[in-house]
Amino acid sequence: MKITKDVVEHVAHLGRLELDPDEVELYTVQVDSILEYMDQLNLLDTEGIEPMSHPMPVVCVLRDDVAKDSFSVDASTQNAPEKKGSFFKVPPIIEID
Amino acid sequence: METLLDMNITQLRELLKRKEITSVELTGFYLDRIKRYDVELLTYIKLTEDVAMDMAKEADAKIAKGEDGRLLGVPLGIKDIYCTKGIETTCASQMLKGFIPPYDATVIKRLKEEGFVHLGRLNMDEFAMGSSTENSSFQVTKNPWDLERIPGGSSGGSASATAAGLCVASLGTDTGGSIRQPASLCGTVGMKPTYGRVSRYGLIAFASSLDQIGPITRNVTDCAMLMSIIAGYDPMDSTSLTQPVPDYMEYLGRDIKGMKIGIPKEYLVEGMDPDVKKTVEDAISFYVKNGASTVEISLPHTEYAVATYYIICTAEASSNLARYDGVKYGLRVDGKDIIDMYKKTRLKGFGKEVKRRIILGTYVLSSGYYDAYYKKAGQVRTLIRRDFEEAFKKCDIIITPVSPTTAFKAGEKTEDPLTMYLSDIFTIPVNLAGLPGMSLPCGFDSAGLPIGLQIIGQPLDEARMLQAAYVFEAENNVKKIPERFRNG
Repeated sequence: MKITKDVVEHVAHLGRLELDPDEVELYTVQVDSILEYMDQLNLLDTEGIEPMSHPMPVVCVLRDDVAKDSFSVDASTQNAPEKKGSFFKVPPIIEID
Repeated sequence: METLLDMNITQLRELLKRKEITSVELTGFYLDRIKRYDVELLTYIKLTEDVAMDMAKEADAKIAKGEDGRLLGVPLGIKDIYCTKGIETTCASQMLKGFIPPYDATVIKRLKEEGFVHLGRLNMDEFAMGSSTENSSFQVTKNPWDLERIPGGSSGGSASATAAGLCVASLGTDTGGSIRQPASLCGTVGMKPTYGRVSRYGLIAFASSLDQIGPITRNVTDCAMLMSIIAGYDPMDSTSLTQPVPDYMEYLGRDIKGMKIGIPKEYLVEGMDPDVKKTVEDAISFYVKNGASTVEISLPHTEYAVATYYIICTAEASSNLARYDGVKYGLRVDGKDIIDMYKKTRLKGFGKEVKRRIILGTYVLSSGYYDAYYKKAGQVRTLIRRDFEEAFKKCDIIITPVSPTTAFKAGEKTEDPLTMYLSDIFTIPVNLAGLPGMSLPCGFDSAGLPIGLQIIGQPLDEARMLQAAYVFEAENNVKKIPERFRNG
């Protein structure tokens, strides 16, 4: 086994996913076998090879720093599950005793 | 009216221009077909009938005034992954149910500029993650050639609807084969352009270094036409390429004498369907008879492509999908604090495959594993790219099957994600290398299921691929629409 249920639970927390107990079981088995399959890459010597980060030689795309029209506040917040005035509203972030 | 199904966009535009048919009639013809046939095929997540009729009326008014547009009055189906102003865009996910984009993706903008009619939103695997469209959170689309079989994925709705004549043509997206594989399994033409050729602005992201938009059509001419419209530089996408776009239509009808076709020796994999093998070999023989020559090439790192792909695409997906947090748009499930709200929202909003990929992607990017997985995969990606560069020193295009088998049965591979992943062995290396690839219908297996030929080109060499595809299509009358969707 490359990974355990604890690892899946930890990674799910990092990815901000709550999982049902049966999902933890299932993903542990499935992710483990996928990772084992991925291990075949270790058969290749890649010493000194630059990782490819972009399929085409496009680097450092810049544009002129000119102010332009953008979305209105209304358009930007029109899909918010909850909002107050021009703000997105969220549950408490910092606990107040 | 049935003959309308066999006309390409250019021919339909002629009819519209000569006022032998109106866009309202043409749109009505397709809406009627959708209502009649989509009950069993389930290709559309949502029909936008009012929008379609309004756009058709507008097109007719423009035609009456003598205005022109390459798609003026032509009804298309749209994969539910492009942000479209005022139209619910869901990516087939519960997470985005009810999401109404305030803007148009660049491809939608370009189609609108040419006057297209928006029939509706086509089904797909949730967030484009899958090879069968079974991961849609709304419905399971059927293959029009055999309703017990899957249409391929992730653009399964687009391919099935195009094949069954429920739209003139459609657009899909391809991250590891999501245009070519469903196009192949449904017997349609599909093209994944060179990475950067078509703007991704407004495309809901899955794996940004691999995603690319392209057409799914019933013939090569429409593929070339749509490519001419959607390709080209867009300042809104920093990966967009600035090279000029050729007029792809001009290459149709040119012969292929002297064209060198590379045949990779690694592509005769175990588990390849003998009918697929034979049909693809027959297509290659056709090319040789018409003046092309073949040369054996080697792509030695092919066997590592699937592992490389699933590291890169899951890593990028885990990062791209972090935006679905129940704050700005989409679903929210209440929690006791913000972290709890994130977790509950993502538990309910994402389906099984999406969660599996977020977990895998988060794992391969997590502290201590980054070098072993993500960096390693990036390096192997370089090797795969170099394989193609070497191969293209000896040939102009490369030909392989699109998929090692024809369409499989629904439910056959859902329990074993790895088997599902391996069905994309021929398409994935093309995305990793950023190359253009297309699927061309080349025949049927003994059960009557379509087989697709994959043509792979050098970067920005889509014109030559279309040229080769057109020669085959013109001389081989491969049946397009299944009989049951023509009458009865």
